[in-house]
Amino acid sequence: MLSIKNLHASVEDKLILKGLDLEIKPGEVHAIMGPNGAGKSTMGYVLSGKDGYTVESGTVELNGVNLLDLEPEERAKEGLFLAFQYPVEIPGVSNLEFLKASVDAQRKARGEDDLSAKEFLKQAREACKKVDLPAEFLKRGVNEGFSGGEKKRNEIMQMLLLKPKLCILDESDSGLDIDALKVVADGVNSQRSPDRSFIVITHYQRLLDYIKPDFVHVLADGKIIKSGDASLALELDAQGYGWLTEQREGDEA
Amino acid sequence: MYTAGYSRLVSIERRDMSEEQIEKVLSREYEAGFVTDIESETFEPGLDEDVIRRISAMKNEPEWMLEWRLKAYAIWLEMEEPDWAHVQYPKIDFQKISYYSAPKSMADKPQSLDEVDPELLETYKKLGIPLEEQMMLAGVAVDVVFDSVSVVTTFKDKLKEAGVIFCSISEALQEYPELVKKYIGSVVPQRDNYFAALNSAVFTDGSFVYIPKGVRCPMELSTYFRINEENTGQFERTIIIADEGSHVSYLEGCTAPQRDENQLHAAVVELVIMDDAEIKYSTVQNWYPGDENGKGGIYNFVTKRAVCYTNAKVSWTQVETGSAITWKYPSCILRGDNSVGEFYSVALTRGMQQADTGTKMIHLGKNTRSTIISKGISAGRSNNSYRGLVRMGPRADGARNFTQCDSLLIGDQCGAHTFPYVESRNPTAIVEHEATTSKVSDDQMFLCQQRGLDPEKAVAMIVNGFCKEVFKELPMEFAVEAGKLLEISLEGSVG
Repeated sequence: MLSIKNLHASVEDKLILKGLDLEIKPGEVHAIMGPNGAGKSTMGYVLSGKDGYTVESGTVELNGVNLLDLEPEERAKEGLFLAFQYPVEIPGVSNLEFLKASVDAQRKARGEDDLSAKEFLKQAREACKKVDLPAEFLKRGVNEGFSGGEKKRNEIMQMLLLKPKLCILDESDSGLDIDALKVVADGVNSQRSPDRSFIVITHYQRLLDYIKPDFVHVLADGKIIKSGDASLALELDAQGYGWLTEQREGDEA
Repeated sequence: MYTAGYSRLVSIERRDMSEEQIEKVLSREYEAGFVTDIESETFEPGLDEDVIRRISAMKNEPEWMLEWRLKAYAIWLEMEEPDWAHVQYPKIDFQKISYYSAPKSMADKPQSLDEVDPELLETYKKLGIPLEEQMMLAGVAVDVVFDSVSVVTTFKDKLKEAGVIFCSISEALQEYPELVKKYIGSVVPQRDNYFAALNSAVFTDGSFVYIPKGVRCPMELSTYFRINEENTGQFERTIIIADEGSHVSYLEGCTAPQRDENQLHAAVVELVIMDDAEIKYSTVQNWYPGDENGKGGIYNFVTKRAVCYTNAKVSWTQVETGSAITWKYPSCILRGDNSVGEFYSVALTRGMQQADTGTKMIHLGKNTRSTIISKGISAGRSNNSYRGLVRMGPRADGARNFTQCDSLLIGDQCGAHTFPYVESRNPTAIVEHEATTSKVSDDQMFLCQQRGLDPEKAVAMIVNGFCKEVFKELPMEFAVEAGKLLEISLEGSVG
C-alpha cells in the first residue's frame, strides 16, 4: 500500500524528517507515537503535499504511484486522506456543499458519475449518525463555530464519506473526552477492511485501547527508532520515551 | 438569475400552449408589427445643445423634456468632473463620444454565432446559457426568437391585468408623460453630481415602472424582458414608482458578459417608494473589464437612489464583477418614519479593475433602520474600495444602522480599502460598524485540496462562502448564476 524510503524533509530550511522508512500493507493499522517535535505531524503534511514542506530526498509510493510528483488534490484522488489535527473553518461554505464537491471531484477522477443529490444526502446523514453529529451540522459552515470535539468528529465523518485507501489521523484524539474518543475510534474501526490502511498519529496509548494497531512505531528526531506490536504502546505508556531516546544515544555513541 | 428563470418560463410555455395558441401568438406578433424598421442613425461624436435637441427630436419628446435636458446640460457645463474616488483613469473626452446610436440593422449584425468572439461564446457555455439566448445576447440577427416572444407576450398580459406599467422610458414619455414629468429628477436632481447631470442631458434609454396602490407585482421584473431595446444604452435613466402598499422586485443586468462598444456608462436610477410600499432592486453587473492591462474596459459611473416614505422599504442588492471602473453608491433616503433601507453588495475586482462602491443611508424619519452588508473581493492587481455614508438627521429619533464591511484578498498585489463616514446629529440614534479584512488562507486552500478539489474550485468555493450573506438576498436563480459568475471571474487568479 504505502512505501516510504529514506525520506528527508524540511520546513523553512530546517530538516525535520531525517531518513524515515515505513512499509504499510493493505488492511494494516500503524500507530506513530513519539515525543513532541519528533516530526509526527510533519510526516502527515509531507505525505499529503502541503505547501512549505520540502522533500529533500527519499521516495514515497502509494500503490505504486510516486506521491511526491503529485499535487495535494491528486494525492487525495489517489486515495490519501488526512484527518487534520486543527481543522480550519471555511465560513459560509456548508459542510454539505464542501463534501459534495469533494466526493464529486474524487469520483470524477475515478471515472465515476456524480452521486445524485438524494443519494449523497442519504450517505452524508448516515456518516453523521456514525460519528454522533446531528444532521444539522451538514448545513453549517465547514467547522464554523464547531467545538474542538465536533471538529474532530467532522473529520472522521468526511473520511467515512470519501472512503479513502490510506487514512492518516493526525492526533484525532487530542482534546477529546472519553465518549468522543470512543466515537472517533468506532468510526475508524467501522472502516477497517482488507484494502484500507491507517496511520494513527497519537501522543497517548489511550486511543490505541480502542483502535487496535497492528504495529506501533516510535518516531524521534525525524526517524523511526523502534517498532513493535501493540504491546510497545503499553510499554511507552508506562515508561515514557526517555529510555528509548537515551538508549539510542547510547547506541550511537 | 433570470436566464435560468427565463428557461423555466419557456418550458412552462411549451407545456401549456396548444397549437392553436401558438398560432395565435405568432400571428399577433405580425399584427403588432413586431419588426419595427427604425432608420439607422448614429450621431457624430460631440456634445452641444444641438445634439441634445436632436436626441429629443428623435424620441419625439414633449417640449418640457427638452427644456429639462437643456437645463441639465447648462448645469453640467459648470460642473467639474469629481476626483475624490479611489480610482484612476485618463481624462474622458466628452466630445469624442457619440450620444445617440440607433439599434443596429439586421444587415450590420453578426449573421450567425460563427461570427461572434469565441471567448464570449466559451463563457456563455460555462454559464449554461441556451443557444437561442446566446444568439440574443451576442446580438446575432435572428428574425423571430419564438420562445422569448411568446414569453414576453404572456408576461406583458399578466402585468397589464395587474395594472403595472413596465416599459422603456422613451415609451413612457409618449404614453405617460405626466407621470414621468412628476418623478424625473425628484430623487436625483439634475445638479446632483457631474455624471447625473450629464445623464439628465443626454439619456436615451432606461426603464419606467409604476406599481399601483396595493398591488403586489405578480412577477419579478427583469430588464431582460424589455425586448424592444436591444442595445443597452450608455446613458440609461430608470424610474420606478411603488405606490402606497405596493411591492415589486426588479432585476437589472445579466451574468452573461455583455457586448457593448460604448466605453462610458453613466446611468441614473430613481426609486420612489410611497407609504408601506417595498422595492427590491437586484443588479448583476458584468460589463467588459478590459484586457489584462485594463485597456478597453467599461467605465461605469452610476447614480442610484431611493426615497422611502412612511413604513416603506428599499433593498439594494448588487453583484458587481465587470467594468474597468465602477463608481456606484446606491443610496437610501429614509424620509418617512419607520422606513427601512438595505444594501447588500458583492464587488469583485481582478486584473486591473478598480471599484469604488458603497452606499449612503440618510436617516431623516423617526425609527428608521438601515443595514449595510458589503463584501469586497480583490484579486490580481485590482483595487477595491468600500465608501459608505451613514447620516442620522436631527429628527431621526431612535434610528439605527448596522454596517458590516468585509474584504477578502486573493494574492498579495491587490488592495482593499474602506472609507466609512458617519454623521450623527441625533443623540438617540445608534450606528454600528464592523469591518474585517481577511485572506484566503493557505490552510483553507490545503484543506480543500486535501479533499480532492483543485485550487480554482477551492478559491471559488471559499469566495462564494464569503458572499453568502449577500447571495441569499438575491432571487434564487439569480443567486445560483451569481455563484457561477464569481467562479468564472476568478479563473486564472490562483497560483
